[in-house]
Amino acid sequence: MWDYTDKVKEHFLNPRNVGEISNADAVGEVGSLACGDALKLFLKLDENKERIAEAKFQTFGCGSAIASSSALTELIKGKTLDEALEITNQEIADFLGGLPEEKMHCSVMGQEALEAAITQYRGGTIATHEETGQEGNILCKCFGLTDSFLKKIIVTNKLRTAEQVTHFTKAGGACGGCIDKIKVAIAEVLEEQVMEKQKSPEKLTNLRKMQLIQSVLENEVRPQLWSDGGDLDLIDIDGSRVQIAFRKACAGCGSSGSTARFVEQKLRGLVSDDISVEEVEG
Amino acid sequence: MKEIYLDNNATTKVDEAVFEEMRPYFCELYGNPSSMHFFGGQVQKKVDEARRRVADLLNAAPEEIIFTACGTESDNTAIRSALELFPHKRHIITTRIEHPAVLTLCRNLSRRGYRVTELNVDGEGRLNLDELEAAVDDDTAIVSIMYANNETGVLFPVEEAGAIAKAKGAIFHTDAVQAVGKVPLDVTSSTIDMLSLSGHKLHAPKGIGALYLRKGVPFRPFLAGGHQERGRRAGTEATANIIALGKACELAANLMDDTNRRVKAMRDRLERELLTLIPNSRINGGEAERLPNTLSIAFEHVEGEAILLLLSEKGICASSGSACTSGSLEPSHVLRAMGVPFTCAHGTIRFSFSRFNTEQDVETVIRELPPIINRLREISPFGRELLAHP
Repeated sequence: MWDYTDKVKEHFLNPRNVGEISNADAVGEVGSLACGDALKLFLKLDENKERIAEAKFQTFGCGSAIASSSALTELIKGKTLDEALEITNQEIADFLGGLPEEKMHCSVMGQEALEAAITQYRGGTIATHEETGQEGNILCKCFGLTDSFLKKIIVTNKLRTAEQVTHFTKAGGACGGCIDKIKVAIAEVLEEQVMEKQKSPEKLTNLRKMQLIQSVLENEVRPQLWSDGGDLDLIDIDGSRVQIAFRKACAGCGSSGSTARFVEQKLRGLVSDDISVEEVEG
Repeated sequence: MKEIYLDNNATTKVDEAVFEEMRPYFCELYGNPSSMHFFGGQVQKKVDEARRRVADLLNAAPEEIIFTACGTESDNTAIRSALELFPHKRHIITTRIEHPAVLTLCRNLSRRGYRVTELNVDGEGRLNLDELEAAVDDDTAIVSIMYANNETGVLFPVEEAGAIAKAKGAIFHTDAVQAVGKVPLDVTSSTIDMLSLSGHKLHAPKGIGALYLRKGVPFRPFLAGGHQERGRRAGTEATANIIALGKACELAANLMDDTNRRVKAMRDRLERELLTLIPNSRINGGEAERLPNTLSIAFEHVEGEAILLLLSEKGICASSGSACTSGSLEPSHVLRAMGVPFTCAHGTIRFSFSRFNTEQDVETVIRELPPIINRLREISPFGRELLAHP
């Protein structure tokens, strides 16, 4: 049984603001029957069209989906549209005293519906779930999720593993065919973050660099590989060239290429951006 | 809150008589049956009795019963044994609706070079034996087909399937975890080579299973070690659990006819009344031959976990075919294989009875469930035209 907080249970058993608003200013719809959850959000603005006077929802989904929808409507009432857009899925989860990580996608659905509603209000077109978040290319076919949507969720929730991305967005949770692509997306997000952050001018000594590489591999990289039943060994460090050998499930795994890339992005992000990682036999 | 337990395909209550039977074998009669002294010897006698009782339920010989730790171990043992015996054969046949104990193993093996055929089922969850006939060949090491499906209760024609498998020289195994104790089995005139069963599905404790192995069928043990179970399953016998399983099998044999009559009547009543009271509901596998205790019923446009949580508030314990309860994101592989539409698969609830259920349990569900479905349909953006007001 899921370990739901009392607040989740309370909002599931007594959801606030259920229903429709017939003359709503904005309607946002995300999810579908096939996905297993869907949320339709109705917003009514005040006379000055500034603040959200009323918010109602209809949700098809599990306990945490209903509780997240209820929490969302409570959070946005009285806010301006810009203030409402600032709300992150984490705030929805926090409002409920937290959600099991496997259920975080319910909070993401709430935030998506809100964005869809406000986009529709400002752009004047009704956004349906097929149209929201469709910038970029479809990465997860089963749930129709794009790379740009996933990257946004990866950044805002500081996600580091494909499993986390599945828990937050469902991507990769059905056929599993896109999990390698999700790993690449995580690596690319890390890369972009490194690019943005100006590298500190401090010059690493060779000794310090080697220590840092070892510590990142031990503390950041290997625990994540273990969770997939894999592992790696550090074979050698020659300047900025890091040689690793994959072990256990990683050895001979078809996606070891993307795993090597993930290791490289980690080291570039946390040690130095001139590092290159190569996979060797060893 | 007193529980109304209608999740007996998940696990069952240990029968008080079973518990009494096993109780002395913890603190008093704790000897090792392999020991040479009287203290172990008396436990050995009790283990022998348990083996006979399990065998009797299947109409097997005692030496055809191997005790294991669980149904999953029995399944894994059976399939791996066949593959070890015939290393040149690289083909396994199973079905898309097997329990993960078989399906996950087969899918893992397919990544190691085995060819795995997963037979399809029709909309009612039934197998097509022509498909098996076409799939089995000289390369097939083992055919493993469950006796009854855990989610829908649909029964499979294992005797016919076994005959087809054996005509091509393949070993035939059936995962009968959901069937043993619920339907009469007789392995003497059967095509079954190996059969898995699990104690906790028939009022014995968790942590005990058995594998029936037909006399003369070659076998390779899964665990290497001591001589226990005639060298076929190493590891000190879980004596108390084995004795409990023996008692549970004896009770099942004695009570089966009466239980099935009573349980089937309760299941049928629940099915009939829920279909009448709740519009847009349907039975999964309703046209097929089913276990007498299982009801898999779908409610359109609502989600299973939400139903279960609200039932749980009323003390009612059931399970669902929904994705959200398991942590996976796809609804039950069984319902998907049957082609049950998403609208129904997400909203499927399974009620499974045992001899400990009463008419009052059924009445409580009939009273509590329709308003729950209505309430969730009122929250749902879909199917609002279906709202009923009983």
